[in-house]
Order: sequence, then C-alpha cells, then structure tokens
Amino acid sequence: MENAFDFADKVDIAWCPGCGNFSIRQALLAALAELDLARENVVLVSGIGQAAKMPHYIDTSFFNGLHGRGLPAATAIKACNPELTVIAVGGDGDMYGEGGNHLLHAGRRNPDITLFVHDNMVYGLTKGQASPTSRPGMETPVQVFGVFEKPLNPMALAIALDVPFVARVFCADVEQTKEVMKKAIAHKGFALVDIFQPCVSFNKTNIFKWFKDNTAYLPDGYDPSDRAGAFKKSLEEEPFPLGIIYQSDQRATFEDNLEVYKKDRTPLYTREVDMKKVEAEIMAKV
Amino acid sequence: MARTIADDLVIVLAGEAGQGLQSIEGILAHLLKKSGYNYFSASEFMSRVRGGANSTAIRVSGKRTAGFLDRIDILLPLHREAIPHLGNRITPDTIVIGEKDKIDHPGMIDIQFTRMAAETGGAIYANTIAAGCICGLLKVDEKECEDFILGYFSGKSEEIRSNNVAAIKKGYAAGKGLAGITVAIEKDAAVKKELLLTGSEAIALGALAGGCDYVCAYPMSPSTGVLVEMASHAKKFPIIVEQVEDEIGVVNMALGAWYAGARALVTTSGGGFALMCEGISLCGMIESPLVLHLAQRPGPATGLPTRSEQGDLDLVLHAGHGDFPRIILAPGTLAEAFALTQKAFNLAAACQVPVFILTDQFFIDSRGNTPVFPVGDLKVEKHVVKTAMDYKRFSLTENGISPRGIPGYGSGHVCADSDEHDEAGHITEDLELRVRMVDKRLKKFAAIRADIIAPKLVGSGDYRTLVVCWGSTFNTVCEAVEALGEKDVAVLHFSWLFPFPEEAGAYLKKAANLIVVEGNSSAQFARLIRLETGVASDHSVLKYNGLPFSVEEVKEEIKKFIRAGGRHGKRF
Ligand SMILES: Cc1ncc(C[n+]2csc(CCOP(=O)(O)OP(=O)(O)O)c2C)c(N)n1
Ligand code: SF4
Ligand SMILES: [Mg+2]
Repeated sequence: MENAFDFADKVDIAWCPGCGNFSIRQALLAALAELDLARENVVLVSGIGQAAKMPHYIDTSFFNGLHGRGLPAATAIKACNPELTVIAVGGDGDMYGEGGNHLLHAGRRNPDITLFVHDNMVYGLTKGQASPTSRPGMETPVQVFGVFEKPLNPMALAIALDVPFVARVFCADVEQTKEVMKKAIAHKGFALVDIFQPCVSFNKTNIFKWFKDNTAYLPDGYDPSDRAGAFKKSLEEEPFPLGIIYQSDQRATFEDNLEVYKKDRTPLYTREVDMKKVEAEIMAKV
Repeated sequence: MARTIADDLVIVLAGEAGQGLQSIEGILAHLLKKSGYNYFSASEFMSRVRGGANSTAIRVSGKRTAGFLDRIDILLPLHREAIPHLGNRITPDTIVIGEKDKIDHPGMIDIQFTRMAAETGGAIYANTIAAGCICGLLKVDEKECEDFILGYFSGKSEEIRSNNVAAIKKGYAAGKGLAGITVAIEKDAAVKKELLLTGSEAIALGALAGGCDYVCAYPMSPSTGVLVEMASHAKKFPIIVEQVEDEIGVVNMALGAWYAGARALVTTSGGGFALMCEGISLCGMIESPLVLHLAQRPGPATGLPTRSEQGDLDLVLHAGHGDFPRIILAPGTLAEAFALTQKAFNLAAACQVPVFILTDQFFIDSRGNTPVFPVGDLKVEKHVVKTAMDYKRFSLTENGISPRGIPGYGSGHVCADSDEHDEAGHITEDLELRVRMVDKRLKKFAAIRADIIAPKLVGSGDYRTLVVCWGSTFNTVCEAVEALGEKDVAVLHFSWLFPFPEEAGAYLKKAANLIVVEGNSSAQFARLIRLETGVASDHSVLKYNGLPFSVEEVKEEIKKFIRAGGRHGKRF
C-alpha cells in the first residue's frame, strides 16, 4: 500500500540489517498515514544518533539538529506555529543523557509535541558504550568492569513530572507501537513513548529475546488516569510494563498558556509588526 | 568657597546596594532631562544585593555628552565607605554633600537627610530628599518636581505620595539654599522632546522594530536588562518570551523558532554564550538566521559579574566549530544600538547567518538622552518564500543564499540538517558535494559585504594620529580626543566589526600613528585589524579592571604616546 509519508524512490537507510529501528519506522509511517495528517504540516525534530536519523527516512519537513538538543527546538517550533504536528525522535543517549535537562523542562512546559525515544540501552552510533538506560552488569569497551550506575527510569521520571502521556512499547509489536504512537500524537500535550528496540550490532545483552522475556502488557482494566497507580506501575522492572502507563487531560499546554495565542491563533510568521505601535513605544521614552 | 559650574557637571551618588542609588538616579534622570539638561549616567556596582560600595555618576551638561569622566564635581555619599571607595576621584575641588554624623570629610557640606526624612515621615524619604536637593541646586522647576513625584509613586498610598512630595520640596529648598554653588548650565528646550533611555532599552526597541517576536534567554548579568525589557514589551506586542533551562536550550530554541518562521532574539553574557557555541555552529550549518545580543563582562569564567569589559570579541569571532559566515556589530551610541539591532534582524533573515550585537555592562546600564529614533523608513524584511513540492532548502545559488522556506507555508518540505547535507537537506557523504556546500556557505560573505557599515571618522581627515575604538567606548574616546585639542588626531570608530570593513584599510594605512583603545587585556581588535589589513597598531590603550574607560585616562594615554614621539619620533 502506498504511504504518503514514504518516499517514492527507495531510500538509502543507514541502519544495520535486523535493527529494531526498521519496525519503528514501519509503525511511524503507518501511524502518520492512519492519522491522516497533512504532510506539509508535520515536522520531525531530532538530535544525533541512529534513532535520530529517522527524519531522513520519512517524507516530511524536519529539523535534525544537535545531539541531545531536539526538545528545545521542537518546543519552539510548536510554539511559533501551533498548526504544525511536531514529533521529536531520538535515542536513549540523545534524549535521556545529553538532553536530560531539556526533558525535565519539556515536562514542566508541556508543549503539545510527541517524543519517541528508541531505547536500545546503548549508544549505537558511537559503537556500543553504555547509555543512561543500560542495565547494571553490562560490559562495553568503555564500561570494562560492567555498568554499575542505576539505570534511569524514564517512565517514573515522566510521571513524576506529570507528563500527561507516558507509554512504553516494544518495537517488535509493530501494531501496538503504531496504535500507541497514534494516541500519543493525538494527545494534546507532551507525550513520551519509550520504545524498546534491540540494537543487534552493539547490545548483545538486551536482544530480541531479552525484551520478549522481560516485558509484560498492562493488564486489561488498567487505569492510566490514576497517577499514583501509574507511578507504582512505572516502578516495575523485569518484566517492564508495556502500554499507556499514564494519561491525563488535566494540564494546559505550553502554547495554550502563551499570551500571543489568547486572542489570535495564527502562527507567528503570518503576523506583521505594527510600526505605529512601535513608534508609540519609542515615544513613551520621551 | 564659591563655585560656578558653567557647562558640565558630574554628580556622583555613592552608597551600598539597597540604599536606593537607583531610585535617586531614576528620579533625577527624568526630572533633569525634562527640564532641558542633557543627561548621562553610568553605574558601577558590586555583585551583591545588599551592602558593598557602589556608585552612579550623573553627567548634566549643556551640550550632549556621554563620555565617562573620572572627575567628580558634586559627591553625595550615602555611607562612610563612599570616600575610600572613590579614592582619588575625590579632589579638593569636589563638593561633598552629606551627613556630618555619618561621613567625615573635610569641607563637607552638612545636610541632614536622615533627620529631614524622619520629620517627613520616615527614613524611606531620605532618597527623595536627596534627589530634591540636586533639583534645587540645578533649578529644576519646583512644580514639575512635585508633579513628577506624584506620577512616580502613583501606585502607592495617598500618604506615601504626599510624604514624597513633602520630601522633594524639603530637599529642593535645601539644595536651592546652598551657599556658594551656582550651577549655570544652559538648558536646551530641544532635549525635553528627546528620548531618555538605557542601552538595554535601546537594544530592545531596536529588536521590536526589527520584528522580533520570540525572545529566549537564561538570566545572566549584564544581559538580563534586555530580557526584562522585551518581557515588558510582550505585554503589548505579540512576542513569546521564554526563560529557558540553560543557554544550550536557549540557542536551540531560538534556532527552532527561526526555522518555524519567527524572528528570535537571544540575549546573554560571556559564560552563557560559551555554552551556546555548538548551537552557533548549528546555525552556521543549517543557514539559519539568528540575532544574539552579548553583553560583555570580565572573564574568564564567572569573572566580575556586574562589571564591564570588551573581552569576548575573540570568542564571538571564532565561536562554533567549522567555517561559516557571521556578522558582528558593536553599537557605540544609543541611536546605533537601536538602528543596528533593528538591522540585525533583516541582515540575519537576508543572509541566513548569525548576527551578534556586542555590548557591555557600561553600555547596557548607562542612561542618556538621544534624539527620537526614526521609524519612518524601517521595514521588517522577512525573506521567506512559499514552498512548492520540489522545494530544496539548500539549493545551490549564484550568491550562496538559498530561498528560505518554513514548514507549513507552501507544499514543500523544509529539511534542516546538522550533518553535511545535499540541497534538499538530507545527510550526505558525497565529498565533492561537501566541498560545494562549504563554498556555498562561505560565498555568503560577499552578499554580507554589500551591507557593511564603514567605520566612522570623527575629526579632521588630515590626521597623523588615528585613535581606533569599537563599540561602547565611542563617546569617551571622542571626548578624550576633543579635549586633547590636537588638530591632527582623529578617531575611527567601528560599529561593524566583522566581516571587517574593507574601507577601513585606507584610513588605517594613512595614519602615521595608530592607537587602538579597547577594554581587554590582549588587544583583540588590534589583532583583528592586523590580520585583516596587515596594519599593526603602534600602541594599544587597554583596560581590564572592570571599570569603563574615562575621558581623562584615554586623553592622558594618547598624550603620553604622542609626547614620547609616536612611531616616527618626529613630534615634540
Ligand atoms: C555534542 C556531541 N557529543 C557526542 C556526540 C557523539 N554521539 C553521537 S550519537 C551519540 C550517542 C548515541 O546514542 P543514542 O542517543 O542512544 O542513539 P542510538 O545511536 O543508540 O540510536 C553520541 C555520543 C555528538 N554527536 N555530539
Ligand atoms: S547500531 Fe544498533 S541501533 Fe544502530 S542501526 Fe545498528 S543495530 Fe540499530
Ligand atoms: Mg541508544
């Protein structure tokens, strides 16, 4: 089936054969198409890493900036033009390591953007060093005595920040990945989806089977609107819960709070400066 | 001792942080300017909220002057430490007005501000009394003082307002009655119609007129004033003002904003700017416009947080890895601050490069009167195109500038990539294309050159000695050279630093003696001149103790150099 977000010509994809990123791309293409978004209004924003190359493989506008710095750019893009659908993509190193501070503050701001983190528990592009989500004991050419730091729990962190949409999926389940992606994009407010993704080249520990064995779908009847319950759920590890762990409609978005949109919803680029008003402002200094 | 001050008066207010120097200065600024005096003030203060020793120098003159003087004609010390703090700036000619029981200084005129304040209703009125005293001395219209005070304290209770009126009148009477001091500075009605504003305010108004609609920053002295100003404009104009989590976030937000079609301004100081350097490089790579105001303070590291220096030129010249074009501006006057900031937005949009505006604490915190900024011909030039399906963000063009589309405007895709990229914006490792892309970006230098503002020559074109300065030192250096009274000494001031104006070469080569005055320890601009023109300066006048250059010291330095025979040993 033709997908409006896929290129007509074959794309030269730089990922390793068998990498989980391919399933994520498949899910994202399907999610975008099924949401029926206007292609010219979608902007993908990313940093640097294997995951962060995603924008090059989807036919949309994109801002592929610096390692770790996708979120500030994405926040500003949405703030300057709320008509755009802004999706940030990155790896666990990119978003939880280098860009960690921006994640905290995106949680505070609550821009209406979506963040997909390809969590392979390793630095893929730089060839296999530990990442903030690497499990203890994992040996790498740098962590030669094994990782001993406590891994970051992005789900618990996001719920603590009251990020209004917090989910985790395993990319091998393309159907669930796609469905959660659609809900995340449709959710008004900041949405974080942590996507478990095997890195077949550099993570020989957290392989497909490990993720299969160490994840469990949220039970039927699970209530994602109960923040305390969601927080408790997010603390569960091995198996890690899969699905929408927390969802809330209680927070106003960053853009909704911006004074510039209180009376006028048009994007900033369409507006003209009122030079008469500027002149009056200057004359106020007389 | 009878004194007549005929055309130029320097009043220094000195006290500790929290004693209200700023509120006295605020009252005086408006009242003196309103009554037709040319006004200029500069503040030096410690990096603390209470205590310490700070001072504000106020210059009242018949002719427009905005140079910083060491000379103090009248000193109002609010605490004992003011006297040692100002040291040898206090001379036997300095008239000191203060309270006997607080300050011990021979010949001081005793005015009991505190006691008078207590009679008026409390110690808080002492500042208004002090301001009134200066107004009385300078024969400001008394009724105007009262009206102004009522407006100034309009948010306060009726009691506070009427007490302040009583206070200004009390001070006024005391100042008017001061025996032996006559101030005979000519007032100029034209001044009343001029603007009165700080460097920060001028930069912010320039940004407003440049179509700025997005401001992001992380607070850092002395750059915060511009952030605060823009935030206040945001009450009336559609501007998003965001305080970001750190300076790395700041610059990346600003680039995201420009990408989406906004016109973003960043304001920062040395340490914050250092954190932004990777983002500046990104700006170069994705050919984004960016306007960045950098208010310099002494470094390295935290340095002297509230003081002044011109030490970040080298950093700004080289900030960001890799080669890409940039523009560096450095206003010398309030009018230039407005005009250059306004222009910076259009330049950034036209050439798709970062434009830096370099100021410093002295400039940003100084206040003065200046003719009304003309807005008539100013235009906000967006340089944005509506995209078609086959749009390529980095299309190779004759002059290196690719039409800039923004996402959501047209049917094309706008793809920006920090990796080396092809015309469409996709990652490439085609090394032949890489070379063409570098060349494309550097080609923009030629387009930028069309807009260059040549340096300004002040004085006779027939000079032997040329005194070069840049940015905030303009007024001080001009005044120093004027005071020197040598016909063959002229000033060349640069407000456009980079790309280095080619026109400057002829001026520089013509000088028998070339002196460069700048506020840093390593003669950064003199080095740039030499690099760009091959002309080596004969003498550098440098200052890096955190204080601005004074007219007297610049004059003295030039004089010494000329006396010593200059380069050719022919004079004197
Ligand atoms: C400022 C900066 N530091 C370091 C790098 C090198 N670098 C590129 S990607 C990366 C980590 C990638 O890990 P992750 O974000 O998890 O992405 P993955 O490749 O695993 O998808 C690093 C360290 C860089 N590009 N920029
Ligand atoms: S290095 Fe790992 S994450 Fe990167 S493409 Fe290869 S398998 Fe995928
Ligand atoms: Mg990774």
